[in-house]
Amino acid sequence: MKLKKLSAAVSTAFALAATTMFGASAQAQVSGDVIKIGFITDLSGLYADIDGPAGGEAIKMAVADMGGAIAGKKIEVLVADHQNKADVAAAKAREWMDQQGLDVLIGGTNSGANLAMAKIAAEKKKPFIVVGAASSALTNEQCSPYTVHYAYDTTALAKGTGNAVVKQGGKSWYFLTADYAFGAQLQNDTSTVVKAAGGTIVGSVKHPLSASDFSSFLLQAQSSKAQILGLANAGGDTINSIKAANEFGITKTMKLAGLLMFINDVHSLGLKATQGMYLTDSWYWNRDAETRAWSRKFFEKIKRMPSSLQAGDYSAALQYLTAVKAIGTDDADKVLAQMKKTKINDVFAKGGYIREDGRMIHDMYLMQVKTPAESTEPWDYYKVAETFKGDAAWTTKAESKCALWK
Amino acid sequence: MEIFGIPIQAFLGQLLLGLVNGSFYAMLSLGLAVIFGLLGIVNFAHGALYMIGAYVAWVGMEKFGINYWVSLLLAPLIVGALGVAIERTLLKHLYKIDPIYGLLLTFGLALIAEGVFRDQFGVSGQSYSVPDALAGATNLGFMVLPNYRAWVVFASLAVCLGTWFVIERTRLGAYLRAGTENPALVQAFGINVPVMVMLTYGAGAGLAALAGVLAAPVIQITPLMGSNLIIIVFAVVVIGGMGSILGSILTGLALGLIEGLTKVFYPEASSIVVFVIMAIVLMIRPAGLFGKEK
Repeated sequence: MKLKKLSAAVSTAFALAATTMFGASAQAQVSGDVIKIGFITDLSGLYADIDGPAGGEAIKMAVADMGGAIAGKKIEVLVADHQNKADVAAAKAREWMDQQGLDVLIGGTNSGANLAMAKIAAEKKKPFIVVGAASSALTNEQCSPYTVHYAYDTTALAKGTGNAVVKQGGKSWYFLTADYAFGAQLQNDTSTVVKAAGGTIVGSVKHPLSASDFSSFLLQAQSSKAQILGLANAGGDTINSIKAANEFGITKTMKLAGLLMFINDVHSLGLKATQGMYLTDSWYWNRDAETRAWSRKFFEKIKRMPSSLQAGDYSAALQYLTAVKAIGTDDADKVLAQMKKTKINDVFAKGGYIREDGRMIHDMYLMQVKTPAESTEPWDYYKVAETFKGDAAWTTKAESKCALWK
Repeated sequence: MEIFGIPIQAFLGQLLLGLVNGSFYAMLSLGLAVIFGLLGIVNFAHGALYMIGAYVAWVGMEKFGINYWVSLLLAPLIVGALGVAIERTLLKHLYKIDPIYGLLLTFGLALIAEGVFRDQFGVSGQSYSVPDALAGATNLGFMVLPNYRAWVVFASLAVCLGTWFVIERTRLGAYLRAGTENPALVQAFGINVPVMVMLTYGAGAGLAALAGVLAAPVIQITPLMGSNLIIIVFAVVVIGGMGSILGSILTGLALGLIEGLTKVFYPEASSIVVFVIMAIVLMIRPAGLFGKEK
């Protein structure tokens, strides 16, 4: 008797579920009756300030701007911490796609974690939009029809800062390089650009990741008599190198070029230590009226101005949802096709488009850090020294090893 | 003139920088050695206490306008009080059981402290500027030495020698050493051993905080600054001999110098040279260079 009741209940539940599913497909073809956006990034470690929880908030701002639902289907945002571990990132992505019915995955910082997630997304055939990770391998050697690389990459950083600094007279370079794959790649990419522009590489010194003291390395850099000290490192290592360079008077004889820096790094160092530095970034909050307006909204929630990555997170989610709305389905291939044929015009990019290799092409900016006197308000840190229009900053077809773009 | 193909000026410069780093190692390993020697606790929270010391200075400056010199006194007192609280509420229950529990407890405390500070202050860290009286740099001919770094060497040597003197040469130090050898007997002479042990942990914590304040203007203050350094400091203590006060001071300075030289000859090895030395020392003298075999 009991068993019968139970089976009746179960079958009713199934019937109900089936009805709602078919009912859904009649209006808008949305899987699971909800549009699920996943966001996996470093929420607590060394990259948590440049992206992190505030990146998740930016995605929720995009959802709110879309009204929280598309054609009556609710939009849901899942956020998880990958702790800078590639295996954790991959396992979470797989779980969400298999069990939660995830529709799109947005990748935060850490190239290793993102390369791992890109493989899962390709296997499960789900759109994967990388915002925070820098490695250009995502759309080059390891490109995939399901990966979109949104904000920036190591190639663009090298081309931007390398070219501009040589053009402004910084001909001889010395590198201070983090001793792991990312540092070596950034140094190589930049060296190629510097040499092509007519500059020379005088030498380099490798330092261990999270070194506690940079003064020895800086003294070696100074004795090289190069004009430019290229910082091929990131986060805390960059911050501590700049601090020590100021303390030891290196900044009097050499100009520093940060190859991967974010506004949060400048904020925590202060303008006194960073003034005059060049850096390349994909976005700056204080660029025009539109970016300012959006950033002030962000500031009200987070109490910090957005980094380029957080603006990128917002834009990536917004463009995905706009595509779903336009074609009335969250089917992965159809949405990606729609995104790839639509120009991107929002607070992050103007006239942006997604290339065959998955690279989102948009303007990049060379920034120069303001002096304390030039800065008129908190977080007012950059002057836009040069704008790299359209595809000027990115990997060219000749350089690319991506099989999708031949 | 050159030494092994390195200009003598660069060589001297690197030696001096090594001495600066060695001063930090010496001060931190000193606190660890005192705590281990007198309490038998492997204090993994030492890095966190160092970090908290730096943050106390920073918060004092930003929120209350307390200057560097006052912080130099205040931060060790505050963190020392925190150390006393930790000893009273947690550590004192662990003296009679396997030392591994003390290690696990202090490691857990360090993780909690890091998490709380990360949540409160973010991970990019905060900047603390060099006090005006020590700003600027002196040209020594072979290198430009920031005045602040010279002060660090001076201050930490003074503190290290002072601590060594108190423990090895005064009556109080004699009580402390006796108390760790045979607490029951010392108690019988009318000396309050538990209070002495409590104050020792507090003093060790205060030393870590003092090193934190000294480091604040030199490096970015981040919740992770302690864990980046603590492993090296542990290696220093092991090389010097667990619990040996003089050993930890001398080893700290010597390893700073060796690390500095490694950065000139083969920079890639600078992060592991300390551990290579540790392995060699453990093979030849398992009790450490200055430790006594038990």
